[in-house]
Amino acid sequence: MSERSERTIEPGADVAADGTDTRTGGRQAVVPAQRANRRKRAPLSENKRAERKLGWLLCAPAALVMVAVTGYPILYSLWLSLQRFDLRFPAEREFVGLDNYVTVLTNDFWWTAFGVTMLITVVTVAVELVLGMGLALVMHRTLVGRGIVRTAALIPYGIVTVVAAFSWRYAWTPGTGYLANLFSDGAPLTERASALAIIMLAEIWKTTPFMALLLMAGLALVPEDLLKAASTDGATAWQRFTKVMLPVMKPAILVALLFRTLDAFRVFDNIYVLTSGANETSSVSMIAYNNLIRGLNLGIGSTMSVLIFIAVAIIAFIFVKLFGTAAPGSDDGEGR
Amino acid sequence: MADIVLDKVSKKFPDGTIAVRDVDLEIADGEFVILVGPSGCGKSTTLNMIAGLEDISSGELRIGGERVNDKAPRDRDIAMVFQSYALYPNMTVRENMAFPLQLAKLDKKTINQKVEEAAKVLELTPLLDRRPANLSGGQRQRVAMGRAIVRKPKAFLMDEPLSNLDAKLRVQMRTVVSRLQKRLGTTTVYVTHDQTEAMTLGDRVVIMRGGAVQQVGPPQELYDNPHNLFVAGFIGSPSMNFLPAAIEESRLRTALGDVPIGDRIRRELSRADAPRELILGIRPEHFEDAELIDEETRRRGIVFEAPVDIVESMGSDKYVYLTVEGERATAAELEELAADAGAADFTGVGSHLVTRLSAESTVTEGQNRRVWFNLEKIHLFNPADGRNLTLREGRAAGALAD
Ligand SMILES: Nc1ncnc2c1ncn2[C@@H]1O[C@H](COP(=O)(O)OP(=O)(O)O)[C@@H](O)[C@H]1O
Ligand SMILES: [Mg+2]
Repeated sequence: MSERSERTIEPGADVAADGTDTRTGGRQAVVPAQRANRRKRAPLSENKRAERKLGWLLCAPAALVMVAVTGYPILYSLWLSLQRFDLRFPAEREFVGLDNYVTVLTNDFWWTAFGVTMLITVVTVAVELVLGMGLALVMHRTLVGRGIVRTAALIPYGIVTVVAAFSWRYAWTPGTGYLANLFSDGAPLTERASALAIIMLAEIWKTTPFMALLLMAGLALVPEDLLKAASTDGATAWQRFTKVMLPVMKPAILVALLFRTLDAFRVFDNIYVLTSGANETSSVSMIAYNNLIRGLNLGIGSTMSVLIFIAVAIIAFIFVKLFGTAAPGSDDGEGR
Repeated sequence: MADIVLDKVSKKFPDGTIAVRDVDLEIADGEFVILVGPSGCGKSTTLNMIAGLEDISSGELRIGGERVNDKAPRDRDIAMVFQSYALYPNMTVRENMAFPLQLAKLDKKTINQKVEEAAKVLELTPLLDRRPANLSGGQRQRVAMGRAIVRKPKAFLMDEPLSNLDAKLRVQMRTVVSRLQKRLGTTTVYVTHDQTEAMTLGDRVVIMRGGAVQQVGPPQELYDNPHNLFVAGFIGSPSMNFLPAAIEESRLRTALGDVPIGDRIRRELSRADAPRELILGIRPEHFEDAELIDEETRRRGIVFEAPVDIVESMGSDKYVYLTVEGERATAAELEELAADAGAADFTGVGSHLVTRLSAESTVTEGQNRRVWFNLEKIHLFNPADGRNLTLREGRAAGALAD
């Protein structure tokens, strides 16, 4: 892929580096795809190759540390997932092969949680994309007080998720919460549909600014001349947006979607604080936590973690495939 | 097709910059007009105002007789070509060219036919299914032209369309643009900072400086009769030579000897606000090797002697660089010209005189040479305001005119 999309990946990698195992899995999957794309290009000159080699050498120490720190836990949880291992009955520990996987994958709780997670992922990412694009356009077009507007927009993202989640929880608590008093007479957090809606609201409120930031980096890549050309070609503002801006921004949009989807799939904090997973509002991360930490069932819990890891890897894989096929041969930009 | 009229058009940006001031310009239907000037002089802003991409702060813009100040670009029916080509990277060449037609809601068959037609004119047919990223600079610029011509708009606006091309391609594309414009007969406003492009392309050239129009006219007219120091220095390559000339009763003392002046100039100089010193301007081709001229010609000019620094033989003639003693001419215009990157070859105020002598001249480097120059062709400028004092009814009349 071009310098362009690498640049758009960077800010994301920085901001989102609260690094967990699964996240790392996703990020590593992006890098080989970039290389694969490059390989299709013209053969490299001697100079370029030397530069590339230096690049790898410079990356090596960081990569090694990362592998050491993330590789071990991943392999260890894989190992645990193949055992019956419940800390309440330590004596019954034994190797059971794929039995744990059979148990989890035939379990209704797992599939309910999986459905909830998918719902939250799809809805929040879709809404965030639309809102984030709006916010990005506003921030991009603002001429005065640009810094202040950006800072203000980023505040939700800067607040610790748990803290924000608590403020949502209090706001929706009947009797004392202003939102609960305004919008309902029951207890919205105790009903499944409204509880899920509130969880998604909290997620969207918090991460839309991040989406906007990634998209704004994409907006900056749309040359001013291209929009001027579209204007004189007869395009309305909406046509300029859909026919010129969006296609040019596509790589940046895909990167933003990838990051957000991976994040959303691992939703945990908000659910933990808002409902504790009651009324079938658990996500997969939530029930993995319940089994692993609360239930002390290391075998089943690890199996769930591994399954989440695999799901995340599949999402990343789909996105990267999408990049590979969707990136037009137009990377060395117009209007330089 | 339509005429374009700018009536006291000005542009003031929100930050207070006045980029264009009171530009009056009438562009006839089918005319090819060049806006030229150093970078930052307001050419692009002027063009953007014609296109509707920038609001007009004051004044009126009429296209085809109709006031269009408040019309959106899409309602003005003009096409624009940019220095950066501004091709849509996600579309093929065909789709790029079809884009304005699709927006105009033409049916598929007509669109196809028009695109094929334009592609043929610009020799783009084999490239129709490529994407811009896989084209060379020249090809991209042809696609941009193609996208402009498919619609048969009222006018073409081009903002330095060839500046991103290498020198050789630029010359080739110049003829492409010129032929295209003649063939289509569409009103065209073309912006460039390159005086060679300005001289070779347009029917008329508009020279701008600091947001204001300096002079408008056919290229030869600007070359022969520059209204001021800026125009004189900007047009021509190599540029006009400028020397300080001290006023002394009925003559001017210069590094090339004493220059007699006619009644007209003397009248000018007797006015109360007359300058105490002038700037003498003379183009390289108005010098000649003193050995090669007959008596008759000699009387129309004066002869001086100067050391020869460099001789560049071009085959058809020789560029000879003479060393001249004394001070250099100074004026705001000349400094601006020297500072502008677009006129990097501005040699007007160096310590050398650039002369163009006949190829038969036996001049060699290092010798002292007697060189003649034509008094009828010199220009005298007022250094304070840059005005050309030798103009009579808009025509340059030399130093001796009365
Ligand atoms: N958006 C803007 N805001 C403020 N000043 C501007 C803006 N655009 C251009 N200018 C200024 O207006 C002047 C003319 O610019 P421009 O028309 O682009 O010059 P040119 O095309 O002749 O090089 C320059 O001094 C430039 O700095
Ligand atoms: Mg410009």
